Amino acid sequence: MNWLSQTVAVTLVNLRTIPQRLSSSAVAIIGIAGVVIVLVAVLSIAEGFKAAMRGAGSDSRAIVMRSGADAEMTSGLTGPDTDIVKQAPGIKRDGQAVVASAELFVIIDLPKKSTGTSANVPMRGIETTAFKVRNEASIVSGRMLQFGTNEVIVGRAASGQFAGLDVGSEIKSGQVTWTVVGVFEDDGGVPETEIWCDAKTLQGVYRRGNSYQSVLVQLEGPDSLGPFKDWLTANPQINVGVRRESDYYAAQSLTLTTLIRSVGFVIAALMGIAAVFGAILTMYTAVATRAREIATLRALGFNATAVLVSVLAESIALAAVGGVIGGVIAYLGFNGYQTSTINFQTFSQVAFAFRVTPELLLMGLVWSLAMGLLGGLLPAVRASRLPIVTALREL
Amino acid sequence: MRYLPLVWKNLWRRKIRTLFTLACIFVAFVLFGLLMTIRTAFTLGVELAGLDRLVLIHKVSLIRPLPIAYQARIASVPGVQAVTHNTWFGGIYQEPSNFFAQIALEPEPYFRIYPEFRLRPEEMKAWLADRQGAVAGRDLAARFGWKVGDRIPIQGTIWHPKGGGNDTWEFNLVGIYDGEPAVDKTQFFFRYDYLDENRSGGEGQVGWYIVKVDDPARSVDLAHRFDDMFANSSDETKTTTEKGFVESFAKQIGDIGAIMISILVAVLFTILLVVASTMAQAVRERTSELAVLKTLGFSSVTLLTLVLAESLFIAILGGGLGLLFVWAVVQNGDPTHGLLPMFVLPTRDVAAGAGLILLLGLLAGMLPALQAMRLRITDALRRN
Repeated sequence: MNWLSQTVAVTLVNLRTIPQRLSSSAVAIIGIAGVVIVLVAVLSIAEGFKAAMRGAGSDSRAIVMRSGADAEMTSGLTGPDTDIVKQAPGIKRDGQAVVASAELFVIIDLPKKSTGTSANVPMRGIETTAFKVRNEASIVSGRMLQFGTNEVIVGRAASGQFAGLDVGSEIKSGQVTWTVVGVFEDDGGVPETEIWCDAKTLQGVYRRGNSYQSVLVQLEGPDSLGPFKDWLTANPQINVGVRRESDYYAAQSLTLTTLIRSVGFVIAALMGIAAVFGAILTMYTAVATRAREIATLRALGFNATAVLVSVLAESIALAAVGGVIGGVIAYLGFNGYQTSTINFQTFSQVAFAFRVTPELLLMGLVWSLAMGLLGGLLPAVRASRLPIVTALREL
Repeated sequence: MRYLPLVWKNLWRRKIRTLFTLACIFVAFVLFGLLMTIRTAFTLGVELAGLDRLVLIHKVSLIRPLPIAYQARIASVPGVQAVTHNTWFGGIYQEPSNFFAQIALEPEPYFRIYPEFRLRPEEMKAWLADRQGAVAGRDLAARFGWKVGDRIPIQGTIWHPKGGGNDTWEFNLVGIYDGEPAVDKTQFFFRYDYLDENRSGGEGQVGWYIVKVDDPARSVDLAHRFDDMFANSSDETKTTTEKGFVESFAKQIGDIGAIMISILVAVLFTILLVVASTMAQAVRERTSELAVLKTLGFSSVTLLTLVLAESLFIAILGGGLGLLFVWAVVQNGDPTHGLLPMFVLPTRDVAAGAGLILLLGLLAGMLPALQAMRLRITDALRRN
């Protein structure tokens, strides 16, 4: 007990005197904050991208493409194929009609607002049932497009990222002019980067005949995937692959998020070395300036472990301050930052917002505490081993 | 010069601290080099793209094909040296994650327009003799362990062989192309005539055209000329210089450059802070010594130089080793085995790194050096 109360006493003295040494502690704090900012910011890109992809996928929807195709871009289904798909069991029904939408997915060249350079914007030809299948999607301004015309509706993110996509504006693309009549949202998911038009119109414009690329269906429930898939795979008339929509989008985000995360961790780890060194320096300085004080404590009978713990605690406290500052800056600076990148699987743009999640902030804090611990270790050992007599004599 | 031993002695007065500082700067410039390498990879070698080459794509989107008949019309325009076409194949080799570019093209014209891709004459001859022949970049061949003579099956996703059934296309690897370190050696080229004769649907269509012009100064004029030529047809075109094309594609990835640079700023700022505070600490410890030196007749400017020399020395040694390290790694080749289209550290970035090293050394040493210069002997001596 005596040992414990000694430790607590010395530690409290140390912590209380931090404000007096703030300027010499700044190196440790700022260094660690820098690492946390970079770590959290880089990982928030991956989080945001993943969230946009995950938000798009529902586990009670299935996407049907040509067998072997891993993205809509490379898939192809004929009109009769899609009719067969719509007869499969397990699809939800709305009265007599099946809740399924045969869709065409192409790319259209439009300038990006931020750079003015052209970008591959995804354009989706939909059927009237598209909003029934994606029951979370809704029109937020303007109105729904009229089927059989050149009217389009644009996703909220697309209208923010690409030029000339406001309600009422016209998009000239080759010989065709599209009129934007509405803006829709879809829970922040990938479709919000898309432009939607009538599938039949798009077939004509892109000279695709009566062909589609995918059929998106609303299942009766998440468990209906099995029978639905079995029926389609067993059907000799068509050759298709069936995937749960959530799996489909999760697979698409995997490559990019893995890449960003590894880059983020490597950079933060390398920076961390410098930050730990900064902390070591700070703590050595702190120990050196208090050598006499520490020696006095030891002469009074405080034991070495108490001194060791107190120095470690100071270092960890400084690191925690740095971690919190870094987390706050990363949150204020990056959370919600809108951007877009190319998704190589679909060869088209995906808009997303950086996401600084609580998990990321927590991880940043854990990293900062670890750096504080590492930085404090050597100075703490030195402080606890300080020879009392020489230290007392020192200035 | 004659104070060098003094600077040297001062540096190693606290060996551990100096080594740590060196390590920090080393790490900072390793990061600098790697980030610049990644940035170059993501900007897809914009610097290397030719200004005398134009890319002609469908106006609506890159994915729309163009008729093969355009080739003769483009070739007839004065000022055009050569024209050829590419078609994206987009197939899967074994696993979808084994992604690499597969392009159907005309071997001879293509390799003439792109002299940076080097293929041995006998390999070119073998290719022209074998309709199913294909060539792969050196990095790509290394990634999958391919050798000349291998048979490579690739599953078609966009293009399907006539007669349905199996989607697999087979190629004979007849050659491996090479090039300078900055050239993309991760592509797979095969013959367009093989694709066109055997695909069901899309016959007589190509992905995009590449035009080599006589005079790069006329590139823009010619680009307009082509677009006007095909205006109001059902397949209108958009022509840009290859450089412009690559640049705008790189921008689609997002502003990788800006992200890399902001990370670097954060990294270098942190390092600068650590190094500067170390230097300040080192000088503070020696206050009384500096005062003695002044008493002995060392001028203020000499003291300033001494302290600055110390910090510059640390910066140059640590940073130089860091850059050297990255350079050595890059010479060793791409550690991701062809995941990045190129893996080079441009000379321009090395120069920028050298500049940053000097700046870091000067900034870190400046404050303590000024302190040393302004030191008043009596105060400093009394303090002890």
